[in-house]
Order: sequence, then C-alpha cells, then structure tokens
Amino acid sequence: MTIYDLANVVRSKNAGPFLLTIDLLFASSDDLDRVLQSPAFTPAIIAQRYGVAPDQVSVHVWPSACAIKVTLPRSVSSGAPGDRDVYGSQQHLPLATLEITEDKQVGLHDSV
Amino acid sequence: MQTDSITYLSLCGMLGYGFPEAGLTAGLKANPAFIGIDAGSTDPGPYYLGSGRNFVHPAQVRRDLELALTAARTHRIPLIIGTAGGAGARPHVDDFLTILREISQRHRLHYRLAVIYADFDAETVVAAWQAGRLTPCGSAPDITESDIRQCRHRVGQMGTEPLIQALNDGADVIIAGRCCDTAIFAALPIHRGYDPALALHSAKIAECGTLCAVPGGANDALLVTLERDAFTVCPVNPGKRCLPQTVAAHSLYEQPDPSRFVEPEGVVLLDDTRFEAVDERTVRVRGTRLSTPNHISIKIEGSKPVGHRSLTLAGACDPRVIASLDRIEAEVREKVAAMMQNSPGAGDVSLIVRRYGLDAVTGASPPAGQALPAEVGVLFEAIAPTRELADTAVSLARSTALHQGFPGRKTTAGNFAFPFSPSDFSGGEVYEFALYHLLTPAAGQTFFHPELSQV
Repeated sequence: MTIYDLANVVRSKNAGPFLLTIDLLFASSDDLDRVLQSPAFTPAIIAQRYGVAPDQVSVHVWPSACAIKVTLPRSVSSGAPGDRDVYGSQQHLPLATLEITEDKQVGLHDSV
Repeated sequence: MQTDSITYLSLCGMLGYGFPEAGLTAGLKANPAFIGIDAGSTDPGPYYLGSGRNFVHPAQVRRDLELALTAARTHRIPLIIGTAGGAGARPHVDDFLTILREISQRHRLHYRLAVIYADFDAETVVAAWQAGRLTPCGSAPDITESDIRQCRHRVGQMGTEPLIQALNDGADVIIAGRCCDTAIFAALPIHRGYDPALALHSAKIAECGTLCAVPGGANDALLVTLERDAFTVCPVNPGKRCLPQTVAAHSLYEQPDPSRFVEPEGVVLLDDTRFEAVDERTVRVRGTRLSTPNHISIKIEGSKPVGHRSLTLAGACDPRVIASLDRIEAEVREKVAAMMQNSPGAGDVSLIVRRYGLDAVTGASPPAGQALPAEVGVLFEAIAPTRELADTAVSLARSTALHQGFPGRKTTAGNFAFPFSPSDFSGGEVYEFALYHLLTPAAGQTFFHPELSQV
C-alpha cells in the first residue's frame, strides 16, 4: 500500500517560487501513524526521490489535522527556463508512490 | 472602538475568476463591515510581474470588479483590493485603475479612493543589498546588483499598516499594489481594535475564498466574523460547509510550516489553535497568537528577463517513432546546432524538448519494461536572446524532427502530426524570479504611501 492509497488528500503546490510543499491529509491518526512509523518514510528517502540533499527536506506533522507537510526546494524556480510545472501542482508522485510497509522488523534492521 | 463582533465578506480566491453573483448577494445580507478581494499572486509565475501584463483578462476583471464595487457603494461599506492587476506593480495597478474609473463613470459612483503603490526602485534595493539589509527568503538564490537592476519591476508586499492609514484617511475604496494576502482582510479589523493574531489568521483563510470548505473550490464567498477571542468562518453558498478539519487543513496551504506563518506584523503562531464546529457548516477558531518582530522586514519580489521563447507542438502515434524519440531528439539537437553555429548569439539558444505522455511533467524515466503509450505529444521549445533566434531554432527543430530518419523507420513521409498551420508560435519574453528577499528598511525609511483622491 502506498501513501497515495492511504491518504485522502495528496497535494503539491509552490510555497513561494523556490519551494515545493506537499501536503498529505489522512482520514485518521491511525493512518497518519502508519506512515510516520514506516521505515520508508524518511527525509533521506524522500530527498533521494526528488534529487535534493536530505537536509533540504523538511517534514512537519500536524496531528490535529491528521496531516504531514513535506517541503523541499524546487529544481528550478517557478516559470524559469526548463521548469515543468509552474504551479508545482503535479509533483507529488515521488513522495506519494512510497510503499508503506508494516514490517517492524525491517524498521529495526534499518536503524543506523 | 471595538464592537462585540465584526463580519466581513471575502468574495473569492482571485478577482477575475468569476465568483458567483449569488454569493455576493447572499453575503451582503450578513451586513458585512467591508468586502475584501485578493486580486493577485505569484502562483502564475514570473511573467506577469516581469512584463507588466495582467494574468486575468480585463473583461474578467471588469465583470468581478463591477459587481463588487457597485455592491460596496450601494451598502456604503469599504471595498479593499490587494495586489491589483495580478502582480501589483505600477503598470498592473494603473491598468486596474483604468477599469475601476470606467466602471465608476458608467455607474456615476462617487467615493474616496486610496491607491497604494508597492514599487521599489533599483537604487533602494541595491542600497539595502550593499548594506546587508537584503536577505533571501526560503530557498531564493544569491543575488547580484545586476540581477536587481535587470528586474523590470520590483515590488514589496505591504502589510496592514498602509491600508489602516488609508482607512484613517477616510478611504471608501482601497486599491493596493502588491500586498500581503492577509493585509487585505486584517487591516480593517485591526483598525477597529480586534486581536491582530485572530485578524491575521482569519485573513489567511479568507484570502482563498472557500478553499477551506467542502466541496472544494476557492472561487466562492466566505463570511468571517471576528469576536473578542475567536473568529468564525462560514461559506455563503448553502451547498458548501466549513468543517473543523477542512479549516485546519487550510492552514497548511502554500506554507512551508503549518504551525506558523510570517507576516509584516509578526509571526502568527498556530500551536495552540483549536478548531471547533459551531454548526454543520460553520467553524470557530481560537487560540492563535502573534509574536511581534524585533524589526520590520518587507518581502521584495522581482523577475528579470532571460530571453524569448518560441515553440511548436506535434503528436506521434507510430510505435517506432515513439520508441525512437530520444534518438530523434539527439539528431535534432546536433543539426540545429550545426545549422545555427554561424548565427550571432546561437550559443545562447537553448532547446528544450518535452514529451507529454512520457515524462514531460515528472522528468522521470518510465519504469523499464513498461509499455510505451499509444500517443505522445512533443513540445519543442527554444529560448534565445532574441525572438528571431528562438523562431529560427524552433523552425529548424521542427522541420528536422518531422523528416528525421532512424533505424527501423517505416513512416518515411513524416514522423509527426501537427495540429496547426502555422505550426510554430512565439511565446514572448521569458522571465525568471530573481528577487524574493526580505528587505529591512534603513532608519527612517518608509514605504507604501496611500494616495487619496475623490472619484
């Protein structure tokens, strides 16, 4: 099951011309927690999917809205030569296609 | 000066997108203290700020503005419009004022008008940059003096202060250039003594119209009521509802951090904010706080021209053409470079090929082994220092691609289906955001001075 399957809302948008922000809204805190606890959901993995450095990925959790917000730099600024998406609204898939595994053993072995 | 509560009407998420007239009519029944409308954004990219053109057509602006202005004057309530003309620089504001004056004349409207320009001249911004008073916002890149000067227009986002000043000066209609979205809706409540934190948070929600409601869509009216220690939001359209989770979720919208957002008035803190249902379509919000800044800073925006764009669009449905697109593109690039090598400026031509149906949106290779689509749309784009060069590059790319051979080719009469004659289009000047910085004014420096006049 991917984040895309689990979340109610998966939306990407610009936060200013240089940043991309992706909101994940879940139906319940159980679903939210499943993603947060998944070993696939890390800044390093997200960074690799978007081609940025891990320290450029910020993850905010908002439990009261059952929401996760991921923000990272755009590869080029909005509307600059080579930009593929001026509004940034179709850039969610690299994050949304992450498989949410429930295998806690995997999580333990992955700890560095 | 503060009464028990104040209600205001946010007509829609963007002036010119065509808000439902029924929303305005019904919203006015709630006796709003003012009508506010956000008229611009950087969302559509750098072109509008750079070129001075509006991104909403005058006919659309006229339709929305006429309804809002006549309603506001009939009910004798202020109309506050921010980021006029789409990007809020002088040409945008002046174009907007032309439409405003034409409507006012036609309806014989008379009122006190305040215009607040938001333009910053290059000298002011360069001086700030040299003095270390200009810092990048978010992930904005480093800037040079040349970048600052190359920006056709530079605007700063005004906060509530100049709008409050205009209200103090007796303005009935305020047309502001580049403006913080929140200032449009927070100015009058703050002016009337309501809690700035609540005013700013309610404004942040209001500036997107009914985006905080379900079913989705921003282009509809929202009623906001500010109380002493809370505010409520409710869509005017009875078919829509605000729910605690939808209003809470809106706080994430377009912001990098859901727990706070920064305005000229300070940092609005949402850590203790609570959202509760008043009824099945109204939400009450309380607990938002404001941390006031040590110094004022103004967000400056500017985009600089980087060339001219020409483009052509064509489709392919032959499986071998689609499978050979990389190869065709490589040959096209080689040939265009060879044929243009003696043209002055040819070294500055960049050719971009986008394959819709494959990877134009994602930029990512499809997984290996995945079947290719039945059709692909290929957009050939050239950006060059002059229109002439861009046109030439696209023309060469297009004719080469159409006739380009490749191993296994069967469609020897042509690789692409062009929808149009002529096939090539000039896309105008290309801009790139260069300024997205915070400017700290020097001691005694003030900006955003309302200009009052009688219409």
